[in-house]
Amino acid sequence: MSEAVAGRASRKLTGIDGFLWLLRIVLIGAIAIGAFNSLVSGRLSGQDWRNLIVFGIAQGSVYALIALGYTMVYGVLRFINFAHGEVFMIGAMIGFVVADPLSRTAFWHEQTILAVLLVILAAMVASTTVALVLERVAYRPLRSAPRLVPFITAIGASFFLQYAIAGLFGVGFKSYPRVPGLTGAFEFAGFRLLKTQSLVIVVAAVAMAGLYMFIERTKAGRAIRAVSEDQETARLMGINVDRTIALVFAVGGAMAGIAGVLYGIVFGQVFFFSGFVPGIKAFTAAVLGGIGNISGAMAGGLVLGSVESVGPSLVLTGLGVPAANQLKDMVAFLTLVLVLIFRPTGILGERLAEDRV
Amino acid sequence: MSARDEAAVVEPTLRPARPVDLRRAARVGVVAGIGAVFVASIGMVEDFQTRLIVDELSLGYVFLFAFPLMAGYLAAKPPPAIEGYAPPVPGVRNIAAGVLAGFGVALVLDVYLAVVGNVDVRSIFLNITASLVDLLTLGRGLAPGSALLAVWCVGLGVLGGAMHLAPARIRHLLLVVAVWVLAFALLQTVVETTTRQLGLSAVSRFLYVTGGSLSLLGGAIVATLGMAVDQLVLPRRAAMERRVATMPPSGRRNVRLALAAVGLLVLGALPHILGQFLTAVANLAGIYMLLALGLNIVVGFAGLLNLGHVAFLTVGAYVTGVLAAPGSGPGLPIVAVLPIAIGAGAIAGLIVGAPVLRMRGDYLAIVTLGFAEIVRLLAVSDWLKPTLGGAQGITQIPSLDLGFRVLDSPQEFFYAIFGLAVAAAYISYALLNSRMGRAWIAMREDESVAEAMGVNVIAAKLWAFVIGASLAGFAGALYASSIHSIFPASFGIEQSILILIIVIIGGLGSVPGVVVASLLLIALPELLREFREYRYLVYGALLIFMMLSRPEGLIPSRRRAAELREDERSQDEWLKTAQAQADRDAAGPTTGDVGRPATEPA
Repeated sequence: MSEAVAGRASRKLTGIDGFLWLLRIVLIGAIAIGAFNSLVSGRLSGQDWRNLIVFGIAQGSVYALIALGYTMVYGVLRFINFAHGEVFMIGAMIGFVVADPLSRTAFWHEQTILAVLLVILAAMVASTTVALVLERVAYRPLRSAPRLVPFITAIGASFFLQYAIAGLFGVGFKSYPRVPGLTGAFEFAGFRLLKTQSLVIVVAAVAMAGLYMFIERTKAGRAIRAVSEDQETARLMGINVDRTIALVFAVGGAMAGIAGVLYGIVFGQVFFFSGFVPGIKAFTAAVLGGIGNISGAMAGGLVLGSVESVGPSLVLTGLGVPAANQLKDMVAFLTLVLVLIFRPTGILGERLAEDRV
Repeated sequence: MSARDEAAVVEPTLRPARPVDLRRAARVGVVAGIGAVFVASIGMVEDFQTRLIVDELSLGYVFLFAFPLMAGYLAAKPPPAIEGYAPPVPGVRNIAAGVLAGFGVALVLDVYLAVVGNVDVRSIFLNITASLVDLLTLGRGLAPGSALLAVWCVGLGVLGGAMHLAPARIRHLLLVVAVWVLAFALLQTVVETTTRQLGLSAVSRFLYVTGGSLSLLGGAIVATLGMAVDQLVLPRRAAMERRVATMPPSGRRNVRLALAAVGLLVLGALPHILGQFLTAVANLAGIYMLLALGLNIVVGFAGLLNLGHVAFLTVGAYVTGVLAAPGSGPGLPIVAVLPIAIGAGAIAGLIVGAPVLRMRGDYLAIVTLGFAEIVRLLAVSDWLKPTLGGAQGITQIPSLDLGFRVLDSPQEFFYAIFGLAVAAAYISYALLNSRMGRAWIAMREDESVAEAMGVNVIAAKLWAFVIGASLAGFAGALYASSIHSIFPASFGIEQSILILIIVIIGGLGSVPGVVVASLLLIALPELLREFREYRYLVYGALLIFMMLSRPEGLIPSRRRAAELREDERSQDEWLKTAQAQADRDAAGPTTGDVGRPATEPA
């Protein structure tokens, strides 16, 4: 019966499928021509390309940290926590609120590592708190509702959090204080790394390794995996599902808090709308890696960061588009749209047990 | 199992009602206190200080003091009645709960005052100023003011709790009075302008004092009017509706035609009654109404969550701008551009709609959002600056020239926009009752079943997108020619979400809901300038609140409400409460009375 439906559907879909194939061919052609032109023209040296890749990996690791929150929540509850970008932004904002007065003390200059860790800790606490309150107030009562209902709630929460931050801290840009000892760059295996970028990459790597160990090796991590596999069975096995879901939000929030401070260090400033675009990009990364798949989110973040960093110079400039760097966000959104259209299961595959209708 | 036990199960004795939970009351109070602190810290109390409601009472204080009042009311609310238990009798425990809740609010506010009154946090929290502290302490200095504030909070908490002692009728009347007084105070501009245009300025001079607030006498009159309408007119309305329902079909049609004629007449007279400024406000609401009616077809009827509806508006507006503005393009007459803008909107709908057809609901939402952002980023980009004008946008777009008349005043534009809105509403109804509308409903409820029943799902989805998008394209053309210049900054993601919020708050799939919501959510902030800064905050909170308590919207469409509220859910709630009660009893001394069929030997 379902095969008959599918067969009929595919017959009817030929027009649409043709359109999609045409789109694919055009896109691949455009990418190939653009890349060929850029590489042949020799406008950017090998060093420049390597710099772009390093920058891409640095911002990609920030995306990866945020993407973990999306992918874990989707894995457990099957809905997009649209407000997760705001959780990240709040981390960045609270990081600023702590770092700004701290940077005027001697402590900031003498015990830099400790001070940065303190800032990260404050951001983690803030983000985790917001994520937990969000789960308790906005999502938990809706767990049995149709799936789009919590998604719409999340949109409302996202708006609310953005403008709450704007109301509390003002709408202006907040400039992150400079971290002493992080200016300049060093050479590493042929790559020229800015010190801020290397800090971001190292911290993100440590955080992700910690998360991976937590999920794979601890009892709580096993509970999370069990709940995302099958909630009902997990409950029968004696797992406290409510607490485990809250834990997922808490862990996702903590990662977003770290990402917030790293974002502040790399890009130098945050404001109340900073969460939206990185949030969407991180969601793209999560889908790219296969939603529900934790290592996929990490890989997806790095891939997306590099694509976004290299793409404009490689493809768009090659196609003769002026001011291509301005279209960086467009490349990210284009990647989002194309991934969702052509490969919604991601490169590493989804990790979702239940069949979604 | 002894005979005594069985008799106890069968015997229909009512156990005493569950008492009001006092620990919960204190918790409610503290949460409400945090809410009050939040509202004060983001600057709402201070900014609304100049907006007076009755006499000297400002909207800012209304916001602040609503927290202890509501906390008292909610804390003292008796738990839901359960079968087998006596109905709750209101009493001193409700008052006690109100006191506790008020005390909770007072505690949080006083701690907050003690901190911000002594430490300067202004460098971080921009809105926590000395004048805010002054406002919160009611101008009496920190220590006495804090005490006075606490007294107020506890008093209002008691009042909120005492509401439960009053009969339901009185409570209803109090609510009616509050709504009418608030509405008249907030709509002071509207009342004043309309009465002036009708030559009745004396009325508004009588009701309002110079600061824009209702005078005490005016407030009393409005309150009486509200109660009169509620008690005398509304009960008759139900009777009238019943009478119309029993009429023969021809009679019913005549009634409907008469109502429509009256409605159109009022609509036609409105721009003359409202005056220039209010008509411009109404026009803005009308543009959003058009957009929301279009989105309602996509989201409400077909069930496709589109987060990028603004993309179609952008396309319509930019096509109009490029083709009609004298500087950049061919400078076509705007009447000729209109159909092109609609067509461009439809094509954009097709382009967005085609690839997302097989996508699951939430992914579809994100892709549409992505498309809208791409459109906006293209409009801002330097790459397309020669045609689209980059961040500077397109200016000097001519007014709508119909050949016999140029629509260049807000009043004339009103007819174009609301004529189209009426048409869009009519199209919505017609579509809903057509074969296509039934296909949409079937698809929304279960896609696979609809497909198996022979509904062409692909066509249905595409049509929804195309119709919604062409309406948005039309709205875009009207928008461009009414304000004469367009900038990419006005087509951001907030606009898409704002339109979605209108549709959801009005009621998914409900045409009257969308109309009312666009007036409420768009026109009201224009009238209350100081509210504009907070509107997204409030709408976000409203969206969460609606989804939690009333997902079907303000004016629900009956069919959608049934889908959103499954019966099982309410039944689950009931079972859960009953189970909690049974567990509590099981722990107490009355264990033997609880019959548990599951554990009984057969």
